[in-house]
Amino acid sequence: MAKPVKIRAKLKNGIASVKALMPHPMETGSRKNAEGVVIAAHYIETVTCELGGKVVLTAQWGPSVSKNPYFAFKVPGAESGDTVKISWVDNLGESSSGETTLK
Amino acid sequence: MKPICTRRKILQGLLALAGMALMPLQLFARNGAAFNATGADEAMRALFGDKSVTASEKVRLKAPDIAENGAVVPVTVTADIEGVQSISLVVVENPNPLSARFNLAPGGVPDISTRIKMGKSSEVIAAVETQSGVYTASTDIKVTIGGCGG
Repeated sequence: MAKPVKIRAKLKNGIASVKALMPHPMETGSRKNAEGVVIAAHYIETVTCELGGKVVLTAQWGPSVSKNPYFAFKVPGAESGDTVKISWVDNLGESSSGETTLK
Repeated sequence: MKPICTRRKILQGLLALAGMALMPLQLFARNGAAFNATGADEAMRALFGDKSVTASEKVRLKAPDIAENGAVVPVTVTADIEGVQSISLVVVENPNPLSARFNLAPGGVPDISTRIKMGKSSEVIAAVETQSGVYTASTDIKVTIGGCGG
């Protein structure tokens, strides 16, 4: 089971500033290990962000997003008490998510 | 009187439901051709088709001039543009230039930050898509240590 997404969210004037960290190796498939064997590609393909159960942003990533991806964005129309949920699916079908509540 | 819940009706209903469930997925489906493209122009074409692409000062790409570590290059894209549908990051010199694409819900705020890998020094393009066209900003980033296999 992949590690959960860590989220920090701040609410200001109805706009939620969300920062997320997703522990993930993000292997490109072009790196080799010490024996010269290619390490298989393993990276997050899609990320979905929800505010109060409604999808507000989706992202598609290639392997050239850094290891343990950091991702920050802003969402309008947020209210105190809303839940921010971020989930991802990688190219091997693994998935994980995390959520936090706006104060 | 005909029964309301025939097997055919139920199956039709189920199919309709399945169709509805699939729709949002298709909307946000990953653009494989764009991610597999090996050239920046090819990736842009796969992303935006025939939409006009123009450089605009309303798009701001914040990134370091020199990245000490190509494996972790922080970039921020913001735009003073209404009705932004998506934001894409393209690293021209990477083997697969398209790095990430973010789709905003209607009324979303175009303000995205993330970290990307760069194989070597390269031009990085931020492309902001609206209904009417694509607006870009670009910057050259020097990489002192590569991010791919280095």
